[in-house]
Amino acid sequence: MSPLVSIRGVSKRYTRGKQTVEVLRKLDLDIASGDFLALMGPSGSGKTTLLNLIGGLDQPSDGEIRVNDKRIDQLSSNALAKWRARHVGFIFQFYNLLPVLSAEANVELPLLLTDLSKAQRKKAVAAALAVVGLSERATHKPNELSGGQQQRVAIARALVADPTLLVCDEPTGDLDRKTADEVLTLLQDLNRNYGKTIIMVTHDAKAAEFATHRLHMDKGALAGEAP
Amino acid sequence: MRYLPLVWASLFHKKTRLILTLLSLIAAFMLFGLLQAVSVLFSSGADFVGANRLITQARVSFTQPLPLALLPRIEAIPGVARVAWSQFFGGIYIDERHFFPQFAVDPERLLDSYPEWTLPDDQREAFVRTKNGAIVGRKLVEKYGFKIGDKVPLKSFIFTRKDGSRAWEWEVVGIFDGQDEDWAGRSNLMYLNFGQFDEARQFGQGSAGVYIIRVADPNESERIANEVDRQFENSPDETKTQTERDWNLSFARQIGDIGLIVTAILGAVFFTILLVTGNTMSQAVRERIPEFAVLKTLGFSDGRVTALVLAEAFALCLIGGLIGMVLAVGAARVVSGLLNGSPVVVQPVVWLQAFATMVLLAVAVGIFPALRARRLQIVDALAER
Repeated sequence: MSPLVSIRGVSKRYTRGKQTVEVLRKLDLDIASGDFLALMGPSGSGKTTLLNLIGGLDQPSDGEIRVNDKRIDQLSSNALAKWRARHVGFIFQFYNLLPVLSAEANVELPLLLTDLSKAQRKKAVAAALAVVGLSERATHKPNELSGGQQQRVAIARALVADPTLLVCDEPTGDLDRKTADEVLTLLQDLNRNYGKTIIMVTHDAKAAEFATHRLHMDKGALAGEAP
Repeated sequence: MRYLPLVWASLFHKKTRLILTLLSLIAAFMLFGLLQAVSVLFSSGADFVGANRLITQARVSFTQPLPLALLPRIEAIPGVARVAWSQFFGGIYIDERHFFPQFAVDPERLLDSYPEWTLPDDQREAFVRTKNGAIVGRKLVEKYGFKIGDKVPLKSFIFTRKDGSRAWEWEVVGIFDGQDEDWAGRSNLMYLNFGQFDEARQFGQGSAGVYIIRVADPNESERIANEVDRQFENSPDETKTQTERDWNLSFARQIGDIGLIVTAILGAVFFTILLVTGNTMSQAVRERIPEFAVLKTLGFSDGRVTALVLAEAFALCLIGGLIGMVLAVGAARVVSGLLNGSPVVVQPVVWLQAFATMVLLAVAVGIFPALRARRLQIVDALAER
């Protein structure tokens, strides 16, 4: 069976002023459907860059990236935006909710890009908020929610359009241990019970324990399976 | 429509800034609506519709007097109901700060021509027979406390007496009021008996500044005006006859090209508004770069993000503009009253101009922030680089 994500010979170089920095070097990686992969490694090892490439937020300098057998490294900016809307749910360290919108309006954002009617969108938002246990807080604005609750809203937003992949960048980096464990348990539940493929970047070894696989990165290359 | 709640919520990103910007827009569009309405009024051509009073002045200038000898020929024109004459006196009461208009008139003719003024019969008779008599409007009475029997000294900056003095004294013999609230509001003037004025003045005897013609049928006013002017064509006293409303407006027109003045003022106002609103939009987008990056991350295309920012600019300009224009309608009514009932109306064409201005303003203030949001790179914006 072909992997959900297939990365072949991917390099990524950034030019900052006169300096060109190679962040990823000829990287190969396969991620199976239904996997919960933790990408670990020191700062600057290239894990967030790799996550951005898989999520279609950035394009590689060389190599190819396939998701569900579709090459995404050659898509135009608009085609990539459409692809992200359909296939990827993003979860960030600092939640990145829109402060002027209520929790339910934040969750509804990805659905605005679909053909769903208002009633259908409302139903999907309610279901996503129920999955993360925040039905009671639907009308609250982000500043009326705790950090853990905001991250749950962000997870609901990532889930609501039923994406192929969930891409998480340090999802517990801004949370205390107890709240972090609750969020990670939720992600684990989404992986185990809803079959969601999750790729998570983390510095936190305890967070990585919730994943089914752990990969270590160093200096822009995979350094092997983490313990 | 599905993006409307998002656009609406985004407007309230910084409430204080939103309110201040909206207030600026409201003030600008109120000024726009009002000044354009006034400009339309001043730039409009002669309008005889419904005019029951005409004013005849010397063709060259209203400062050139017309001989009273023209009276019989004007009275002889069919359709003329009553003719009065009036001479602006130009008197200063106490000092320059206490100026109010006074006109030397033939009492009976004046009061017949202006049934809108109400005056008790005995006071009317006193005004007719008292050569140095004067009647004062209710508003002047309220301001200066004039009462019947008072002697009012006026120093005319136009007319000297035969003895070389500019000091005139008038006896208050009546107090007139308006027949309704509108006319009562205009009663801040004084009428002087032409008798003393004409006898005692050093020059210009037997002449008046203007004739006031009351017409029997307002539908005939244009024909009568043309007939009056034709009567005195190619004579030493050529005339110009227009409706009372147009004559009043002609004073304001002498200030200069009202349209140009209005355009200049509005140009300055909208240049300032462009900077204020442009700054608001730029700041609003700059502060929300990470939010736009999130929208792009979620799959909003470059075009959609551009449209969202432009929609925000449109919403801002439309809300401010429409509120301003509604207030302009109210302000126009007030100004209309101040201009003695001249119809200052925010016409449909002004609404169209305002709407076009809102659209242009929205594009001008929204386009650069929108392009900035469009061009942002997600990865850089999320990393706040």
